Amino acid sequence: MATYRSPHIQVVAEAPRTPLVPNGVMGMLIFVFTELMLFGGFLSAFIIIRSGAVVWPPPGQPALPFEQTAFNTALLLLSGVMLFVTRRRFDRDRASARTPMWIAMGLAAAFVVLQGREWVALLSQGLTLTSSSLGSFFFMVIGLHAIHVMVALGLLARSHWRLRRGWLASSQLGTTEVFWYFVVGVWPVVWLVMYQ
Amino acid sequence: MATAPVHHETHDDHGHARAGFIRHYFFSTDHKMIAMQYMFTGMAMALIGGFFAYAFRMQLAFPGMDVPGFGVVSANEYNHLITNHGAIMIFWVAMPVLIAAFGNYLIPLMIGCDDMVFPKLNRLSYQIFLLSALILIASFFVPGGGFAGAWTMYPPLSTKPEFGLTPLGATLFVVAVGVEFVAFLLGGINFVTTAMNSRAPGMRMYDIPMVVWMIVIASILFMGSVGPLVAGAVMLIFDQNFGTAFFDPTRGGDPVLWQHLFWFFGHPEVYVVLLPAVGIVAEIITVFSRKKLFAYRTVLYTAFGTGVLSFMVWAHHQFIAGIDPRMANIFTITTLLISIPVAEMLFVYIATLFGGSITFTTPMLWALSFIATFLIGGVTGIFLGASGADIYLHDTYFVLAHFHYTFFPIAIIGTFAGITFWFPKMFGRMMNERLGKIHFWGTVIAFNCIFIPLFVVGVAGEHRRIYDFTNFPELARPALRNLDEFATISLLVMLAFQPIFLFNLFYSMFRGPKAPKNPWNSNTLEWSADSPPPHGNWPELPRVYRGPYEYSVPGREQDYWPQNAPN
Ligand SMILES: [Cu+2]
Repeated sequence: MATYRSPHIQVVAEAPRTPLVPNGVMGMLIFVFTELMLFGGFLSAFIIIRSGAVVWPPPGQPALPFEQTAFNTALLLLSGVMLFVTRRRFDRDRASARTPMWIAMGLAAAFVVLQGREWVALLSQGLTLTSSSLGSFFFMVIGLHAIHVMVALGLLARSHWRLRRGWLASSQLGTTEVFWYFVVGVWPVVWLVMYQ
Repeated sequence: MATAPVHHETHDDHGHARAGFIRHYFFSTDHKMIAMQYMFTGMAMALIGGFFAYAFRMQLAFPGMDVPGFGVVSANEYNHLITNHGAIMIFWVAMPVLIAAFGNYLIPLMIGCDDMVFPKLNRLSYQIFLLSALILIASFFVPGGGFAGAWTMYPPLSTKPEFGLTPLGATLFVVAVGVEFVAFLLGGINFVTTAMNSRAPGMRMYDIPMVVWMIVIASILFMGSVGPLVAGAVMLIFDQNFGTAFFDPTRGGDPVLWQHLFWFFGHPEVYVVLLPAVGIVAEIITVFSRKKLFAYRTVLYTAFGTGVLSFMVWAHHQFIAGIDPRMANIFTITTLLISIPVAEMLFVYIATLFGGSITFTTPMLWALSFIATFLIGGVTGIFLGASGADIYLHDTYFVLAHFHYTFFPIAIIGTFAGITFWFPKMFGRMMNERLGKIHFWGTVIAFNCIFIPLFVVGVAGEHRRIYDFTNFPELARPALRNLDEFATISLLVMLAFQPIFLFNLFYSMFRGPKAPKNPWNSNTLEWSADSPPPHGNWPELPRVYRGPYEYSVPGREQDYWPQNAPN
């Protein structure tokens, strides 16, 4: 990292080591570690409440649409694949990375929209934040994940903007990648635990 | 998240009058300035937390008295005071001072770089922390007063306004804790990344000073354990304000679930603050016994092992909350196991001291008293970790005395040790040794006089959450009442000694004799910088040739061998 020096240091005898993992990527990895524990906390709380319940789903509450959401899940996973393609193209020819990046963003946006439609449908079937512990967990955890997808979209949009101007450094894309893969990777777990 | 390669701010407005002053003291990205901000904020919060302790201890010893400076303590005020005393001392004193202040100050200086890798994130971290402190203080003044359901926030006390008496205060309390965690998350990301990526050329993993390792491990523990608590805090806020019932058993929830989420964080949290203190002590005892740290790698691996184990002991806080007795057995075993690595670290320190040429400076006295008092804290924990004994001792003053024998050495003794040791580097002047020693003896003796009686009243059955013992004739026996009064008077003595420290701190900061670069003849890199170090720390970043603890190496003229000396 050539930029690592402070302006009031006239001479730096030797720049500090080139890190194995760039600073931004490492910082994001640590953040994602915390995020994993956060989702782990929510999901284990859900499992505890669910295993303590006599009937599940709670009386008068709809079951979550497991199969229907499988399609959304596939969309999100595909956006992860597209980001992987983006990285491979970025390493060879930067300009060609823009198309898969657009597709990744489009797939993730479609996921958010479809999940939103699912929320509306479930609300009309009587599942609300306060209707039962299933509803409480559903809107809290799925909502939290939706926020994560939107943040990831913002990060990728910024990367795309930088790429268009030719400013996107490899480590910056790497930082976005770490968060994106986390958001994509944690979803199937959430889906399997909560929808079944 | 900052993804860009980080450029340092140019501080070219130095020396310019007012605008420069604000920028220098409030918006600096310099790690040393942020460390000072954390330290002085933490100390200010410690004054509040100490004042609360004074008020409720007076009520306990002399029920119904008009406490000077506070007034009569009502039952609800009493609950408010104990709740916020605990929360302040752990979240707004121990964490900011031990991890954030010492971590910010020491990590770049001890690994030989000019600043944290994310300086702006670092500044943001302090600003968020300050915001959390202000939210907490604001919560004292809302209708109904501050939160009064104990710092552990167990539902239903924390969720139902009819128990907590302060709907807004309870929410603000949880929000303050949550906001603070964001601050430490940003700080922790910085600490780990900096320590891994910015070490001086030549500094290998085993050349990193122990205190840096300890702060890094503590940061990792914090980030690993805080997620479930944040999850719980979100659920708590939903229960308080949005009508959900996560912790309400009448509507399908589970109140013990909160206890699991809380203590999954709460127990590692002990080690989050313990490890930095252990690291500070390691630096001090090697310097003042002129000896190499005994078994560096063992200490390091032990610290990692303690960290891993600390995630597997949390349910010892729920032995009487109705958990399965088989589960209680498992957690008894893991809890007793964790005393082994901690004891090992203390033995390693004693082995380091053995045969050394010890100088009893003020920081050394603090470091030695850390070992002695923490030992008592650790040993009394074994009784509480055994589920059988805990059924009797749970929620008595024995528990309270036990964890004060762990947290006081960590947060107070560890901090005093660190401040007196690094003061010459921080402010470029020496502290007064005589005042330092008077303050040391006054504090440590008084501390023991507070809490040894509380072990006794705890074993005798005094419950720790009683507002006025005269309402319970079997507990109001004169023998126990006298011990309670003795503890409170000892607290007054201890508090009376603290102005000596504050005077010594501020007087020495401006009037103390000028400190040389390396007053203690220490090896680590921070002592090769000017006192106090300028922005950027060194005109030319140092290079490292050896480990941090090469003291009294045979055949050398000097009894120390700085890490950056080529030969
Ligand atoms: Cu514990």
